[in-house]
Amino acid sequence: MSNLKKRKRVEARLKIYGVASITVALLMLATLLISISLNGYSAFRQAYFKISIPVDMSQFATENGSLSSKKLNLYDWDGLVNQSFNSIFPDITKRNDKRKLFQIISSNSGYDLKQIVKNSEYSIGQKNMVVWLPLSDDADQYLKGRFNIKVPEEDRRLNDKQIIWIDTLVAKDIAKLKFNKTFFTAADSREPESAGILGAVVGSSLTLFVTILFALPLAVMASIYLEYFARPGRITDFIEVNINNLAAVPSIVFGLLGLSVFLSTFGLPRSAPLVGGLVLGLMTLPTIIIASRTSIRSIPPSIREAALGLGASQLQTALHHVLPLATPGILTGTIIGMARALGETAPLLMIGMVAFIMEVPNSFTSASTVMPVQIFMWSDSAERAFYERSSLAILFLVGFLIFMNLIAVILRKKFEKKW
Amino acid sequence: MSIKFKAEKVDVFYNEKQAINNISLNIEKNMITALIGPSGCGKSTFLRCLNRMNDVIDSCKITGNILLDNEDIYGPNIDPVDLRARVGMVFQKPNPFPKTIFENIAYGPRIHGLASNNKELREIVFNSLEKAGLIDEVKDRLDDQATGLSGGQQQRVCIARAIAVSPEVILMDEPCSALDPIATAKIEELMNEISQSYTIVIVTHSMQQAARVSKKTAFFHLGELIEYGDTDKIFTKPKNQKTLDYITGRFG
Repeated sequence: MSNLKKRKRVEARLKIYGVASITVALLMLATLLISISLNGYSAFRQAYFKISIPVDMSQFATENGSLSSKKLNLYDWDGLVNQSFNSIFPDITKRNDKRKLFQIISSNSGYDLKQIVKNSEYSIGQKNMVVWLPLSDDADQYLKGRFNIKVPEEDRRLNDKQIIWIDTLVAKDIAKLKFNKTFFTAADSREPESAGILGAVVGSSLTLFVTILFALPLAVMASIYLEYFARPGRITDFIEVNINNLAAVPSIVFGLLGLSVFLSTFGLPRSAPLVGGLVLGLMTLPTIIIASRTSIRSIPPSIREAALGLGASQLQTALHHVLPLATPGILTGTIIGMARALGETAPLLMIGMVAFIMEVPNSFTSASTVMPVQIFMWSDSAERAFYERSSLAILFLVGFLIFMNLIAVILRKKFEKKW
Repeated sequence: MSIKFKAEKVDVFYNEKQAINNISLNIEKNMITALIGPSGCGKSTFLRCLNRMNDVIDSCKITGNILLDNEDIYGPNIDPVDLRARVGMVFQKPNPFPKTIFENIAYGPRIHGLASNNKELREIVFNSLEKAGLIDEVKDRLDDQATGLSGGQQQRVCIARAIAVSPEVILMDEPCSALDPIATAKIEELMNEISQSYTIVIVTHSMQQAARVSKKTAFFHLGELIEYGDTDKIFTKPKNQKTLDYITGRFG
């Protein structure tokens, strides 16, 4: 009697432990996501100022009257923007004050104006451009209320004068926070206001595409061979032990391998998604093999016997019956491997993907970076504005992972069969 | 009666353990032969030697000769894949593929290229289902999952699937052990009908079933063939004391 009571008590206690541990895990996850969101949401907006700039388009004309990119590139756009911006504050004439004034607008605003002119419809003659150009990252942080004014003036990145100017701009409705389109359409930049995540997202996608294309077929073939054709013996045991070992090898070792094999021996380009994908593919290969073998083994032997008993060959049995049934498990393993590959930075360090890349990659061999590397580099930067951008990038990375898991769930549901 | 299978001095080892000891046995054509005996006596192992299903098990070694129509099935000229098309098998637990009924039966003819077009394939499927006595029950739902059928129907799908490849022999490994008496009766009836055109070897735990369906019975014990003869004689006047003990329920 007392024994039964004791057993029930133990059971109840175990249940409490379980609920408690799940609660703790959920709380931690919530804390993480909430704190990142609170830090990152402000990166959705960026401080811009509105300015009207007269541009004499005739000076960019070629002899036959079309737009000359060369002349466009040679023009002093920064000077034009500064001059126009100065005209909002006509009483600032001293050289030193002017320098301070130009610090509150983005040092890339000249370049941005050039891009706008380049993309606008071209016609000869005077053109009055009314454009929104980004303020500097410090002004941006000030507008978002993330700037601490209590710090002594000489230690601040904005002095009292600059703050008054910004306040004037806001009061005149010239400066305000707008949706930060740049973040979603640009690659990395030294200036936070010109930096975007798109380069890293495209880089990650290209890399993962190579990874899955390389690792999945190899892993499935390897597991079919090991499960169906390999004779048990020393060699098979050796292969098996080594696959398990490979799954535990530190990822940076795969980077070294990639460096010496893909870059030095085969001479593939550095920083390329192709090489990154191959390295990450090698890294995830053992994970997918182990998952695939487990999944293949979990198919009831009766299905295999039924096919063999009908006179199907081993390969037909594997391809027609076992593999379709094992697909959900194989996919789950693949997605887990891909998720790990998506978050990996160490092996990419060795093949030059940890680099400052200002262009959105457009091929498998163009220099690119990936999302975790981008987050790492931004969080390493001094500018306060990069801090919120790395938080938003982390949210993006998490979103990417959730998206991948969602695909895995959908595919599982689609392929799952009951018997 | 002509002899279909001729086993000569067959030994089977799993690693070091001997599962079958020196068995010689002739199985006659177009007749039902039953293999009976207590669990672990080697009757299923022997059955699986007849279509080389034991090949899949790496630790299994077979010595001696098994002749199918006077040809050694373990000889160099026989491919196990071809052999299994000639010697079909029905298993203990109904094991239809998790596909439609039609696909289940069409699979064998398809991989062996028995039908040159869809019409012929449909004909084979319908004929097989008819022979298996299942056509009336499933003809309107050939595109339903075979796994959704009842246990007895599933087992008959498996028999139809085996018939569809037009084998010469059908091996049955306790085909009714997972079924209720009514489904069992249907399968036994079916076996009787098709035994005109197929050689059937059945392993069974039920002595009544062996007595009901088979013409010849072999009694196995501890890997040895104790007695083999006409079913009537085995069940009425066995020569061996062990056989008598087993069929009267004194052991096993």
